[in-house]
Amino acid sequence: MLEIKNLVVQIEDKRILNGLNLTVNNGEVAAIMGPNGSGKSTLSYVIAGKEDYEVLDGEILLDGENVLEMGPDERAVAGVFLAFQYPLEIPGVASMTFLKAALNAHRRARGEGELTTPDFIKRVNATATQLEIPKDMLKRALNVGFSGGEKKRMEILQMALLEPSFCILDETDSGLDIDALRIVSEGVNALRSPDRSFLVITHYQRLLNYIVPDSVHVMSAGRIVKSGGKELAIELEANGYADYRESEAA
Amino acid sequence: MPAVQETIDQVRSIDVDQYKYGFETVVEMEKAPKGLSEDVIRFISAKKGEPEWMLQWRLDAYKRWLTMQEPDWARVSYDKIDYNDIYYYAAPKKNQAPKSLDEVDPEILRTYEKLGIPLREQEILAGVEPERRVAVDAVFDSVSVATTFKAELAKAGVIFMPISEAIREYPDLVRQYLGTVVPVTDNFFATLNSAVFTDGSFVYIPPGVRCPMELSTYFRINEKNTGQFERTLIIADKGSYVSYLEGCTAPKRDENQLHAAVVELIALDDAEIKYSTVQNWYPGDAEGRGGIYNFVTKRGDCRGRNSVITWTQVETGSAITWKYPSCILRGDNSRGEFYSIAVSNGMQQVDSGTKMIHLGKNTTSRIISKGIAAGKSENTYRGLVSAHRKATGARNFTNCDSLLIGNECGAHTVPYIESKNATAVFEHEATTSKISEDQMFYCQQRGLSDEEATALIVNGFVKDVLQQLPMEFAVEAQKLISISLEGSVG
Repeated sequence: MLEIKNLVVQIEDKRILNGLNLTVNNGEVAAIMGPNGSGKSTLSYVIAGKEDYEVLDGEILLDGENVLEMGPDERAVAGVFLAFQYPLEIPGVASMTFLKAALNAHRRARGEGELTTPDFIKRVNATATQLEIPKDMLKRALNVGFSGGEKKRMEILQMALLEPSFCILDETDSGLDIDALRIVSEGVNALRSPDRSFLVITHYQRLLNYIVPDSVHVMSAGRIVKSGGKELAIELEANGYADYRESEAA
Repeated sequence: MPAVQETIDQVRSIDVDQYKYGFETVVEMEKAPKGLSEDVIRFISAKKGEPEWMLQWRLDAYKRWLTMQEPDWARVSYDKIDYNDIYYYAAPKKNQAPKSLDEVDPEILRTYEKLGIPLREQEILAGVEPERRVAVDAVFDSVSVATTFKAELAKAGVIFMPISEAIREYPDLVRQYLGTVVPVTDNFFATLNSAVFTDGSFVYIPPGVRCPMELSTYFRINEKNTGQFERTLIIADKGSYVSYLEGCTAPKRDENQLHAAVVELIALDDAEIKYSTVQNWYPGDAEGRGGIYNFVTKRGDCRGRNSVITWTQVETGSAITWKYPSCILRGDNSRGEFYSIAVSNGMQQVDSGTKMIHLGKNTTSRIISKGIAAGKSENTYRGLVSAHRKATGARNFTNCDSLLIGNECGAHTVPYIESKNATAVFEHEATTSKISEDQMFYCQQRGLSDEEATALIVNGFVKDVLQQLPMEFAVEAQKLISISLEGSVG
C-alpha cells in the first residue's frame, strides 16, 4: 500500500507538486491522468527517488515506511519499480547481464542467494516469451538501438523479473503501436495480484481499455483534483481537461 | 557477471584506502651511491657481471643522454626531476644470485604472496589446469628475484629469464637484437634507460614454437628514492607465438618515483606476439602527493612478413603516465594492434596512445582506445598513424572513446595522421561521453548501488578492450578499474 500525504516538491525553485494526496491500496490499479505539465512524471520520479527534486513537505509511505528517507536503490529493493517513459541506453552491457545484476541486487537485499545461471536463464526466457521478446534482443546491449516498443517490453520484463510490490508505469503507452500496446498491457495484467499495486500514468484513456483501473485520479497543477472509478477516464476522453485547467488558475 | 559482483565486493572491502598494494617490504638493501655518473654505471654493470661490450653500450648511452633535453610536448606537468637525487640500483642484500627459491629472502616471497603472485611452482600448479599456467619473472626494485617454470619452458626451447642473466648466457642473441627497435638515441627516457637499466625479462621463442604457457613479469618498486629502469626484450622467431603479461605495483610514498622502462618486441616472419600490461603503480594521494612517474618507451617491430604484434594495456596507476606502445609494420602483410583502457582519477595525468608506422605493403593496424577520466584527472590520447611512400595498401582503423565521470576532469584526443602513399586507407572515429545522471538513476531504480551502477556502465564502455586480455587478467583488470574509480561518482 502506498500513501502520499501532502506532498510538496520543487525543482530549481519551481513548485511542481502542491500538497498532493493519494492512496493506492494493495492490489489496486490506480490511473493518474492529467494535462501536460500537471506534474505526473515528477510524481513518478519523486516516488522512485530521483535526486534533482526537492521535497519541501509531506511524506510517501510504502507499507507504512517513509521512502523519502531511502536512496533510489533502497526504494527499488523495498519494492518500488518505475517503468520509464524513456528507458535509458547502457552501451556495452548486454540486457541479460543487466537483468542478472538487477535481480541479484534484489535477491541480496532479501537475504537470498544468487540464482544459478541456468535457473536465471529459465526465468528470463519464460517471461520473455510471454512478452514476445526474441532471445537475440537479450544479448544486445540494453536498450541500444531498440525500437520504442522493444524498450517498453524490456521494462515490463524487468518488472516481471524483479517482482515489485508497487509499480509505476510512466506513460508506458507513448510511442507504442496497437500491437505493442496489447503485448505490454497483457504483460502488466499478468502481474496484477492482490499484493501488488500499480500507478498508471497516462494522457490517454486508450491504455485504460487494456489495463482497466480500479480508480482514476485527475491531476492538475500538482494536485489530485478529482478521483473516481474507471468511468472518469471515459468522461475525460470525451470532455478533455478543460474543466480542470481552470483549477490551475485558481 | 560474477566478475561484476567480485568487483563490487572488492570495492566494498576497501574503504578509504583504495590502493591495496601500498605496503612496504622491509629487507636489507644494497644500493649504488645516489645520483648518476660513469662510476654508477660501472657499478651496475659490474654487479650484473656484464661483458665489456655491454658496459660500453651503457657508457655511450650515458654520454648521449647528457646532451639531451627532457621532452615537454606531452600534456602533463610536474616539477623538474633531479636526476642526481635518485638511486639507480637497489637490490635485496640476501638476493645475490639465488639458485633456487629457498635462497630468496622469505620476506620478499611473502611480498609477492601478498600481491597475489605465488612464486613456488608447486603452489601455482595446485588446482590449475596446465593450459592456464603462467610463468612469472619477479623483478624487485633493480633485480629479478625469481623466474618460474624455466625448466619446463626450456624443454620447448623457450628462453625466459632475467635480462641480466641473458646478457651473460646468450650474449650473441641479446647483442643481435638489443636496441634495434628502440635505439639508444631514441628519446630522453629511453636513452637514460639504456645507460642504467638494471633488470627486466628476456624472452626468445624459437622458430615454429607456440609458447606452452603465458609468460609474465611482475615489477615491484619497493625502495624509496629509487628509480626502476627495466628493460624487456622479446623475440618471436619465424612462425612462433607468445603471449606475455606485465604487472606492476609500488608502495605508497609521499615522494614521486621514476619508472623509465624500455620494452622491445621483435616478430619475425609469421610470428605473433601478444603483449598485455596491467599497470597499477601507486597513483599518489587525492591531493596529488607522491606516485610513480611512468615514463616508458614500448615498441614492437613486425620485422617479418605476416607478423602480428598486439599491445593491450589497462592503465590505472601512476601519478603521470607517458607511454605510447607502438608498432613498426615493416614486414609485408604485417599487422599491429593497440587496445587500451586508461583510467585516471584524483590528480592523475595520463598522456598515452600509440604509433602505427606502416612501412611494408598491405600492412594493417587497429587502434581501440578507451579513456576514462574521473576526479580532477587529465586523460589524453595521443596517437600517430603514418604510411610510408612504399606502404601500398596500408589500412588503419582507429577508435578513441572517452568517458568523463564528474565535472572536474578532462579528456583530450590528439591524433596525428600522415600518409605518403595514395592507396592508404585510414579511418578515425572519436567520441566523448559522460555517465549521465539519468543512466545512474535508471540503474539505481533497478536496485543497483552507486558503485554497482558505475562498475556496470564502465565495464560496458571498456568491453571491446577487456575481451582482448587473457581471461584471468580480464577479471583482474575489471576489478582494478572499479577500484580506481571508487568514490568518483555521487
